[in-house]
Amino acid sequence: MREPHDYDDIPGTTVFDAERSRQGYHLNQFCMSLMKPENRERFRANEAAYLAEWPMSEEQRQAVLRRDWNGMIALGGNIYFLAKLFLSDGKSFQQVAAIMTGSTQEAYAQMMLDGGRPAEGNRYLSDWKNRG
Amino acid sequence: MAKIFAGLSTSHVPAVGVALDLGKTQQPYWQPVFKGYEFAKEWIRHARPDVVILVFNDHATAFSLQMIPTFALGCAAEFKSADEGWGPRPVPVVKGHPELAAHLAQSLILDEFDMTIVNEMDVDHGLTVPLSLVYGQPEAWPCKVIPLAVNVVQYPAPTGNRCLNLGRALRRAVESYPEDLRVMVWGTGGMSHQLQGPRAGLINREFDLRFMDLLVNDPERAAAISHLEYLREAGSEGIELVMWLIMRGALSNEVHELHRFYHVPASNTAIGHLVLENKGN
Repeated sequence: MREPHDYDDIPGTTVFDAERSRQGYHLNQFCMSLMKPENRERFRANEAAYLAEWPMSEEQRQAVLRRDWNGMIALGGNIYFLAKLFLSDGKSFQQVAAIMTGSTQEAYAQMMLDGGRPAEGNRYLSDWKNRG
Repeated sequence: MAKIFAGLSTSHVPAVGVALDLGKTQQPYWQPVFKGYEFAKEWIRHARPDVVILVFNDHATAFSLQMIPTFALGCAAEFKSADEGWGPRPVPVVKGHPELAAHLAQSLILDEFDMTIVNEMDVDHGLTVPLSLVYGQPEAWPCKVIPLAVNVVQYPAPTGNRCLNLGRALRRAVESYPEDLRVMVWGTGGMSHQLQGPRAGLINREFDLRFMDLLVNDPERAAAISHLEYLREAGSEGIELVMWLIMRGALSNEVHELHRFYHVPASNTAIGHLVLENKGN
């Protein structure tokens, strides 16, 4: 059971705190292992077999295999560690940000050029209640 | 006696390093970003610090989740540019100042700031992008660098107030070093940005500009900004701004704001940059 925190009511945001860090430890350390070229090669050759070497939950392994970025974050993944995975997939921070927001890369890039996602309307969970 | 005489702050967006390394600085997307640093490039040629204490955060490069030091001081003679998964940035090796760093570590710990001492560390874009923005692409960096890594990856980062006070302790520590050295402190990271989840892309220009005003003129109020406010207003990665407060704490109470730059976007981030000098230099 997670303790409640004052930052729980920020919409679309998962704060990587000590509890999530504990939950995501092996998921994140797996990502970290991809910094080494020989590990990247082994992972690419057989992703499921490589993942089986890490003591993470089956749910975490499936999220990695599906490249479900929001799913990995919900299971304790941290964006700087997940970056090792998406960069080795040849994706950029902006491409993955677009995916996590459910946007196309073009629309996301345009939003950033237009000044980014405004704070207005994006501060509280209640701001997002009526979103489709 | 060593003396801190000036400071600067800047974002450290990795894509800026990539743009620089691939020669894209004149592209329409990047040109306004690099233009914002022309002042600092010219200024630093005259300001000529012997040593820069560079406050940055490691991005799961030197520190995994195995160890998470809140404040880590780089005491080595040199720090290599890290391979962050796409090869090391083609930048010169960062030369440290082990004697001053050892003095700082000792002084800070006795001053009740319990630093982690790091004798081997590769440095990632968090440290090398600010050097590139200010010094361009030299054969060798023209100053010694003492890296001061702050944990902002796992919540909670140290509070703004703690960072401001660490900056003040840093100043005391530098000023008790007997050798004549011109020392600068740089605070990096920020400004508003969020890289994760459905709210990724958040930018808050009003928050950022107010933060710069407070940092310059009323640092105690900037230091009182809560973590919740950073997260909500500046995005989950905007909390990196606490690192700017270490730089500010190291300067005198009153400073001259020599330069300010703000630009949106660089990839997912609002770029902010200040050049500050102690009054009475």
